[in-house]
Amino acid sequence: MSSIIEVEQVSKRFIISHEGVSQYTALRDEISQKAKRIFSFLKPGQADDISREEFWALQDISFKVEQGDRVGIIGRNGAGKSTLLKILSRISEPSSGTIRIRGRVASLLEVGTGFHPELTGRENIFLNGAILGMSRAEIRSKFDAIVDFAEVEKFLDTPVKRYSSGMYVRLAFAVAAFLEPEILVVDEVLAVGDAQFQKKCLGKMEDVSRNEGRTVLFVSHQMNAIETLTNKAIYLKSGKIQNFGDTEEIVNEYLHDYEHATDVRSYTSRSGSGKARLVKLEVWGRGQKLTSVKQGEPFTVRVGIEAKEGLGMDISFVLENFREHPIFCTHLSDLGEPIRNSETYMEFDIPVNLNSLRKGEYLMSMALFKPEKGEFYDTVLHFPLINVEGMDEAGLFPVDHRWGDQYFPLAWNKISI
Amino acid sequence: MQANDQSWDLVIEPGRSEKNYWNDLWRYRELFYILSWRDIKVRYKQTVIGAAWSIIRPLLTTIIFTFVFSRVAKLQNPGDAPYALMVFAGMLPWQFFSNALSESSNSLVGNANLITKVYFPRMIIPASSVITSLVDFAISFLILLGMCIWYQYLPSWQIIFLPLFILFAFICAFGVGLYLTAVNVKYRDFRYIIPFIIQFGLYITPIGFSSSVIPEQYRLLYSLNPMVGVIDGFRWCILGDPMHWQSFFVSMGISILFLWIGVRYFRKMEKTFADSI
Repeated sequence: MSSIIEVEQVSKRFIISHEGVSQYTALRDEISQKAKRIFSFLKPGQADDISREEFWALQDISFKVEQGDRVGIIGRNGAGKSTLLKILSRISEPSSGTIRIRGRVASLLEVGTGFHPELTGRENIFLNGAILGMSRAEIRSKFDAIVDFAEVEKFLDTPVKRYSSGMYVRLAFAVAAFLEPEILVVDEVLAVGDAQFQKKCLGKMEDVSRNEGRTVLFVSHQMNAIETLTNKAIYLKSGKIQNFGDTEEIVNEYLHDYEHATDVRSYTSRSGSGKARLVKLEVWGRGQKLTSVKQGEPFTVRVGIEAKEGLGMDISFVLENFREHPIFCTHLSDLGEPIRNSETYMEFDIPVNLNSLRKGEYLMSMALFKPEKGEFYDTVLHFPLINVEGMDEAGLFPVDHRWGDQYFPLAWNKISI
Repeated sequence: MQANDQSWDLVIEPGRSEKNYWNDLWRYRELFYILSWRDIKVRYKQTVIGAAWSIIRPLLTTIIFTFVFSRVAKLQNPGDAPYALMVFAGMLPWQFFSNALSESSNSLVGNANLITKVYFPRMIIPASSVITSLVDFAISFLILLGMCIWYQYLPSWQIIFLPLFILFAFICAFGVGLYLTAVNVKYRDFRYIIPFIIQFGLYITPIGFSSSVIPEQYRLLYSLNPMVGVIDGFRWCILGDPMHWQSFFVSMGISILFLWIGVRYFRKMEKTFADSI
């Protein structure tokens, strides 16, 4: 009976239209659709060819959160994490199901929502505070603490457009850190900002949840953040709850699944007109297919593309770290020619000889596009590519706690003075 | 299960937001103040001639309208006020109405980042942009005072009723604005039609002329344009022009109807804003 949030069979459905790239309805389209429908009465043989598809972002989600629980929500992109947070914070409505909540919910889905670049730091604190649901009196009483936490005293009366991105993020997070709701809903907001401030924010959030008994729901891709901040976790997979339980167990399950990535053909986090599609993505090395390589070991990415015949096409490949931050991007046309006349099926090998990639999971994004017009045939986002195993076991790199995704041994030449 | 609902602070269900909507609107009033304040502040911070703009535009239009309608078309003013003053008394509410319409119809799309990241009753956003237009109106009102001094014209005693007509103008602008805002989110190309509506309105609304030039038998039909009632009211208050009360009530009825339709349509569309914006 002490549960503070009860989610019961919540589903969310989106209708996606396959017709154009544009996601908005245009009045002129609506009118022409109506006209088409009228004419289809005259030609009864022809069916209505509007290709609309239902897409269930969430399906039958049920769980309960107890007072003081800190719940992590994990899952791959497109698994429905953000949709769930949006429904919990009342930004979008569920298509069916019920959610019951005790107490005030504050949601932090973005750092600095509503910040206006023309307004000063001081003004933005009040603006952002009000947007997050604080009253003016509340903000006034916490004002000094916020400024102190953000370390921006000197620039309080400067428009935030002149702030460095670090200052901006600090100020924005500081406002949110002083929210005092019973339930705090946080999306991956810590991906921005420098490492030191990230640590400070994590500390503050830990404080809020652990010591003040507040309930926190937290989405992140950083498993270590999930592990330090939460005691329970929900693992979402394609809109359904795969598992719900103690954080450690759930994170392990997730990481295990992650290594056995699904087929790119059925991968859903993608968009584009579909005239060409990425249907095969493999990593090759040592003469065989691989899911993980050792640090420093070269590997080859093999991509297979199905296309309509005769398309003009360029391909871009982005290697990303686990947090979806791009490391580099390479184009087909960088060293060769873009495709002038596509065949129905094509394969490419991209040799990756980077001995600088450090231990960790790596993702890739790929776009197949028409070079001149900017039409995207297929854009695949954040597909899990490869796991790079560290070499610390071998004793070559005993300290693996350094920063950065890449490893560059550089010479440190001592200067004799 | 149903009885148990009482112990929960918030229940989220499809269609549930209906029930505590007006409560929420009241709870979020501080956000409304602060968003209005932001819009006003940004508006006058960004443009060097910010405030000057809201003086120059109605003033120039008034000069041109006075010339065209009084000198070229040789129309008469039913009252004793100078023609330019009569034009301006109509220009004031019209400028407010047209500003409010164009500002509010773009307001939701312009604040898309807020709508997709935070919950609040969405009506706050178009409402605060109508408030911004009200500040422009206040500034333009100073010109009216200036013109009265210039022409040495003493406004009639009815001017004490002016706040009522400002409220009427507000209702009118807010109702139509809400409707257009919601349509604009759904059909993104609708924004190309809005300037046309406003331009069209400029000609079918009695700004450069008095509505008394409309033949008596068409007066009621003419006042289906709600701004006719507003402008007649302004002229009655400021200049003491005769008031055609029947057509005034028609205009008022129409604008309340618009408000009702606007609120209903907005509320209906509101739930899907975050998904479709």
